Amino acid sequence: MTSSRRRHLSPITQRRLHVFRGNRRAVWSLWIFGVLFIVSLGAELIANDKPIVMQYDGHWYVPLLVDYPETEFDGFLPTTTDYRDPVVFEQIADNGWMLWPPVPFSYQTLDRDVKGPVPSPPGSRHWLGTDDQGRDVFARVLYGFRLSVAFALALTVGSIFLGVVIGGVQGYFGGKVDLIGQRVIEIWSGLPVLFLLIILASLVEPNIWWLLGIMLLFSWLGLVDIVRAEFLRARNLEYVRAARAMGLPSRLIMRRHVLPNAMVATLTFIPFLFTGAITTLTALDFLGFGLPPGSPSLGELVAQGKNNLQAPWLGVTAFITLSLMLSLLVFIGEGLRDAFDPRHILTATRIPNPPAAGSQAPANRPRQDSLP
Amino acid sequence: MSDHRLFELRRLTVRFGSHVAVDSLDLQVDRGETVAVVGESGSGKSVSALGALGLLPAGADIEGERRFDGRDLGEFSPRQWNALRGGRIGFVFQEPMTSLNPLHSVGKQLGETLRLHQGLRGQAAKGRIRELLTQVKLPRVDELMAAWPHQLSGGQRQRVMIAMAIANDPQLLIADEPTTALDVTVQREILALLDDLRDRYGMGLLLISHDLNLVRRHADRVVVMRHGECVEAGPTTDVFDTPQNAYTRQLIDAIPAGRPLPVPENAATLLSANDVGITFARPKPFLRPRPPAFVAVEPLSLQLREGETLGVVGESGSGKSTLAAALIRLLPASGEIHFDGLRLDSLSGNALRRQRRGFQIVFQDPYGSLSPRMPVADIISEGLRFHHPELDASIVTERIAEALREVDLPPDCGHRYPHEFSGGQRQRIAIARALILKPRLLVLDEPTSALDRTVQKQLIELLRSVQARHGLSYLFISHDLAVVRAMAHRILVLKEGKVVEQGQCETLLEAPRSAYTRALIDASSLA
Repeated sequence: MTSSRRRHLSPITQRRLHVFRGNRRAVWSLWIFGVLFIVSLGAELIANDKPIVMQYDGHWYVPLLVDYPETEFDGFLPTTTDYRDPVVFEQIADNGWMLWPPVPFSYQTLDRDVKGPVPSPPGSRHWLGTDDQGRDVFARVLYGFRLSVAFALALTVGSIFLGVVIGGVQGYFGGKVDLIGQRVIEIWSGLPVLFLLIILASLVEPNIWWLLGIMLLFSWLGLVDIVRAEFLRARNLEYVRAARAMGLPSRLIMRRHVLPNAMVATLTFIPFLFTGAITTLTALDFLGFGLPPGSPSLGELVAQGKNNLQAPWLGVTAFITLSLMLSLLVFIGEGLRDAFDPRHILTATRIPNPPAAGSQAPANRPRQDSLP
Repeated sequence: MSDHRLFELRRLTVRFGSHVAVDSLDLQVDRGETVAVVGESGSGKSVSALGALGLLPAGADIEGERRFDGRDLGEFSPRQWNALRGGRIGFVFQEPMTSLNPLHSVGKQLGETLRLHQGLRGQAAKGRIRELLTQVKLPRVDELMAAWPHQLSGGQRQRVMIAMAIANDPQLLIADEPTTALDVTVQREILALLDDLRDRYGMGLLLISHDLNLVRRHADRVVVMRHGECVEAGPTTDVFDTPQNAYTRQLIDAIPAGRPLPVPENAATLLSANDVGITFARPKPFLRPRPPAFVAVEPLSLQLREGETLGVVGESGSGKSTLAAALIRLLPASGEIHFDGLRLDSLSGNALRRQRRGFQIVFQDPYGSLSPRMPVADIISEGLRFHHPELDASIVTERIAEALREVDLPPDCGHRYPHEFSGGQRQRIAIARALILKPRLLVLDEPTSALDRTVQKQLIELLRSVQARHGLSYLFISHDLAVVRAMAHRILVLKEGKVVEQGQCETLLEAPRSAYTRALIDASSLA
């Protein structure tokens, strides 16, 4: 099985994987980050103000997925059931049972039964305490982490797509296309992103799509230079010229022959894009120009920590969450960078190459012309 | 031993990890003598010289006795090594482009060696630099001292390298493929210079080369290496006249032989070019008129019949490759190009791409012309899959196997990657990639220049048999007349973008009309 799969990986990819696996810190970080993200994807099952499943009068209900009106459970209101309402709670408990998630609060649930003033300190009811509106901090961190990573993921994928396409076209065709493209990019990169976002916040109600769109307009710029340089270099390689002589159209040559070269530089750039996206989103939320009020956001938690210094659990939680997330990403990025660094690949594998002075490198030649 | 013995290696072994690059090599160089180390690429020639003088990277493991001028090199301290290298032992490397620091002028680089090893400064150093540059027969010495490396030609750079190597009156000069990167006519001058310097100063000269022709002319003794081992050693005349070892014999015999098959009398013209010229626009300086365009190839006309091979020869920079690229429309050119009754020069876009399967190209560098990320079967079949999308997978597989058989590679090697093949095999893959489209014209741009002689010979035989089987026409570009003679029916000699002469291969080689052609013939191993 592995051997047949291995065959599809070029030897250089195998070596890179090998180097990456050799970096224990990066591998561990990747695992931890992956597990955290997958767990956060199921945030609704972990922290929610609705039961996952329940039985009432012998019927099955899935409140997690379906909204039931209160009348369904012999209540008076035709609106969506508030399962945390003591009356409803008792009613259901008498006629059936409910399975609650381990944390019975969602990110926007206001806990009215909290003892003492809000923000209330961590305890058995709220593991990480509540914020100044009585919302559970753990639930907010969980949902906030998911939102940050998803946002960063979408932004990264979008930036890579735009950056590779625009950089690739500029680099591959060169000449006037490149010249004009570069000047436009220079002007474009001079636009102040933060101001644009602040102006936008006063014009429209900013939601995650607006933010994503505006940031996408600028975040691909950094990639263009790298991809363009790789394409400029690769377009005169002999195998690219050979493909052109074979009559392949430009888009096929770019995709099949040039792009794989540029992907190495792009991949090493991903962790930077990713951390950049997360910090920008957090910063905007902190300033109050980010996601709409009520959204689970780490930046808003930082702001709350700043405003409520008497409740250190807010600031500490925000700090730990952010630093953990960014450190893990930086470690993964370091591992990736080393894996793609040709010098690391050489030292990590068996035979060091003899010096460049003798270009007849013996170790490079696995076999002589011994075939018939 | 005697006073004559200058440099001696006994049972020298160099290892990189578990890989043995040089296996117990014995070598001696006497004063005033040229000893050549020959072998194909990968035979350990360079590694042995570098290893003997401690110039290998840290991973190398060196064993054996090394003596220079009666002293054991194994006991040298780093400081003694530095005094030895560049002082009493001079080096000339293969690549004159990269051996000089591009950020320092020629005079400064020479001055640095003089200052480090002899403590010469100011006027004294200047005088010595002038003297050295005159010795290596460079013109306009005063201008050259202030020149930057990029302003010099390859041959001039190599002369500067030699001046640096002899600056401190070395007793031993090690020249590692000193002329491989140079044009054939320049090669001779450089070697004559090395001979002259050796005689004048009584130096020992250790010449590392793969070129037997050159070794035969210049070396007193020869050491033949293969796979890191010495297979034969002795005086040059003995080794060449009565080689004892089968491998040595094979190397000596590996001169491209044979002649191409004659072209049928009634063969139709396949490719004809009328007044094809290529110019490159120069950048326009700010506020000044644009300088005239650089003429890479002056308008010329040529014809190629079916089954015929036209050899295009000339030195580097003569426009051979540019002409070839223009003829198959990889570069824009003026003039008319007719291919098989079609006006190629007026086609563009899709119409041109569809025609491309009729004319294919094989490039010089077998390491650069295959995409390292694709398995061989994909590389070969790429053009076929694009031009004939209607073919189903089993037919494509069959055609791949057929193409591999055609170039004498095992048909089941398609799943392997290019790096698993040697240079000669890669060049065969490149030919298979071209042949699978069943082209009628194959442009061969120095297809054998990067290969060892023995491999070269096999490749030429392969190309000839392919031509005989399919009646292909070749446009064969080379600087090596020995190879061209074995391949071409007619020859076109280019110099600086102009046609010097053209004609039938035999007549042109036997009675060249221009001095340039004669120089090319002299420099090749045709003699």
